Amino acid sequence: MKSEKLTTDILIIGGGTSGCYGALTIAESFPDVKVLICEKANIKRSGCLAAGVNALNAYITEGRKPQDYVDYARKDADGIVRGDLLLTMSELLNEVTERLEKLGLVILKDENGKYVTRGNRNLKINGENIKPILADAVNALPNVTVMNRVNITDFSVSDNVIKGAFGFGIDSGIFYTIEAKAVIVATGGAAGLYKPNNPGFSRHKMWYPPFNTGAGYAMGIKSGAEMTTLEMRFIALRCKDTIAPTGTLAQGVGAKQVNSLGEVYETKYGLTTSQRVYGTVMENIEGRGPCYLRTEGITPEQDESLLKAYLNMAPSQTIKWIESGKMPSQQNVEIEGTEPYIVGGHTAGGYWVDTNRQTTITGLYAAGDVSGGCPQKYVTGALAEGKIAALAAAEYISGRTVPEITESETAVYLSEAEKYLSGPKPRFTYEQLEEAMQTVMDSYAGGIKTNYRFNEKQLTLADEKILMLMKLSDDLHAESFHELMFIYELRERLIVCRSLIAHLKARKETRWHSFAENLDYPDRDDKNFSCYVNSKLVDGEIKIIKRELVGEGQIYEHNDRQH
Amino acid sequence: MSIMIDSIKCVGCGKCAAVCPGSLIRIEEKKAVIKYPKDCWGCTSCIKECPVHAVKFYLGADIGGQGSLVHTEESGDILRWLIEHPDGRVTEIDINRKESNKY
Ligand SMILES: Cc1cc2nc3c(=O)[nH]c(=O)nc-3n(C[C@H](O)[C@H](O)[C@H](O)COP(=O)(O)OP(=O)(O)OC[C@H]3O[C@@H](n4cnc5c(N)ncnc54)[C@H](O)[C@@H]3O)c2cc1C
Ligand code: SF4
Ligand code: SF4
Repeated sequence: MKSEKLTTDILIIGGGTSGCYGALTIAESFPDVKVLICEKANIKRSGCLAAGVNALNAYITEGRKPQDYVDYARKDADGIVRGDLLLTMSELLNEVTERLEKLGLVILKDENGKYVTRGNRNLKINGENIKPILADAVNALPNVTVMNRVNITDFSVSDNVIKGAFGFGIDSGIFYTIEAKAVIVATGGAAGLYKPNNPGFSRHKMWYPPFNTGAGYAMGIKSGAEMTTLEMRFIALRCKDTIAPTGTLAQGVGAKQVNSLGEVYETKYGLTTSQRVYGTVMENIEGRGPCYLRTEGITPEQDESLLKAYLNMAPSQTIKWIESGKMPSQQNVEIEGTEPYIVGGHTAGGYWVDTNRQTTITGLYAAGDVSGGCPQKYVTGALAEGKIAALAAAEYISGRTVPEITESETAVYLSEAEKYLSGPKPRFTYEQLEEAMQTVMDSYAGGIKTNYRFNEKQLTLADEKILMLMKLSDDLHAESFHELMFIYELRERLIVCRSLIAHLKARKETRWHSFAENLDYPDRDDKNFSCYVNSKLVDGEIKIIKRELVGEGQIYEHNDRQH
Repeated sequence: MSIMIDSIKCVGCGKCAAVCPGSLIRIEEKKAVIKYPKDCWGCTSCIKECPVHAVKFYLGADIGGQGSLVHTEESGDILRWLIEHPDGRVTEIDINRKESNKY
């Protein structure tokens, strides 16, 4: 591989929602700071926003305060959140919304020019082109360089201070060593750890982008960054087959969850995000499946609006309605739980950060779905965190020089990449090992197969098997640079799987049904587990750290960070 | 679910390949090819880019697809979705990009 060195003030890894907004923020407030965005795809349509989104799910509507949003998220997560992170995010939700509108996002307004709200926290939009809007704004910035099709694989860290990162061009095959004064990791969450709903031809018809493979978590874990609450997995309740979001049906036209007998069951299990999934699982186990969102009886005008709304975010669902010839008014929409994901923007798993979104590695910031402790971020929360991290990173670099990454350090990572390109063809392909990993997680770490449940023995087996797959993945062979990316993606996922298993094992209680349902400890244990479960890789071993909850009104600072 | 590319229509402009969030489309001998059809997420970014409507999207049979082919056409603020059924019927849905969702 050809090897090149790049230098910048701030490196942003991942040009998604948070990453793009981070770049916009720096350009506006610190126009002299040089920013480099490395994006594995193309910022125009990469990440969660590719197909569009349905609504802005996080907004402080009139008469409400940011603290109300904090209270809501805390309740939904049964207490395991960081109030300080939620509050600093919530305070920016409305500002970033107005900015998005200025950039060109269409937001529904009433005759008085006020945003029309959906429930207590949502705004109605046309979100189909939300990503091109952000990308156009970023591409126009003079001091921001965007490198598309560059996949970042590792950080460079010395004495717990960030120095930059390594990666390669998936088209060019050029290996990059990137020196930076500060780094913002914004690579999103992790999909593809578990066997998906439709593992055959449509294996990638999943809710979370299959291209967000947990790289950010894995790089952090490898470099000794502390992670939090990975055990709070996210399982989405989605339209069957198309895995399309259900919020438009539930909140938009008020469709209730019903079982096959037509009974509304949501009230029986509770209304938190995890309880809604759990209720659906239980109704199926007890023989009252399948479950539906009750849309029968809505008006033809509502049908028409739904067809359009879905084209603006999850087109498969509209196509399904059209192909079947049955509109939602004529047939309830069947729902199912997805495979589990790690998504710090919905639940709380991710980097352990301070209110500046600085991780436990000095100069490394995390924003969006990769960042932990702050669930229910959604689009606007990801933008808000992009802003917070960007401002903090820009202040951090003032007076600092670009750190040096030595040639011998580059050689280590370059030779790893070259090993996959040159070695002999092993018995297994990356695809076979990926399938094996998903099967292990499905069977032993609470996948769809076991109704998301697990016990300690199963987790121990899962860990053994994932370790074995890690060993096998050492010898994989890539025929192209794209395949080289596939190998790195698999290895990232395996690293995330191991940490996830350790977290699931460590929380010896069941606080959230389905999200982390341990059959050996079926009850909630406030005495021992009203705390954060954190982890850190120390000398190759995952060390679990239990941390006290950051109380209401308190602010957490990294006081015990070593550097 | 995946996409199909009509290689006769394709003019090799590379726009679909550029935007795919999984980089799944490549230009080979001046024509776009979907290299990893099973890795398609179904985001429809590629079909919205194609100037000659050579890229079409379909639902796999494993998720209940019935063989329709979908593409979009753009004029001004209107994004028109065309769903061509196997029997030749075409369903058209127009979306005004300046209008918000009702729900
Ligand atoms: C299908 C779907 C629908 C949603 N609908 C809504 C909605 O209606 N309303 C709402 O408020 N929220 C919605 N959300 C949530 C919201 O979109 C996300 O929480 C938010 O966009 C996350 O932003 P992010 O920056 O963390 O991740 P992303 O926007 O996904 O960005 C991550 C970026 O990192 C890149 N990347 C990953 N790994 C690497 C690597 N190794 N090297 C370089 N680049 C890399 C990716 O390609 C991607 O561009 C939805 C999410 C999904 C998945
Ligand atoms: S639909 Fe999306 S994921 Fe599939 S090939 Fe097109 S751009 Fe790529
Ligand atoms: S956008 Fe259309 S014409 Fe251009 S390369 Fe793709 S398929 Fe061919």
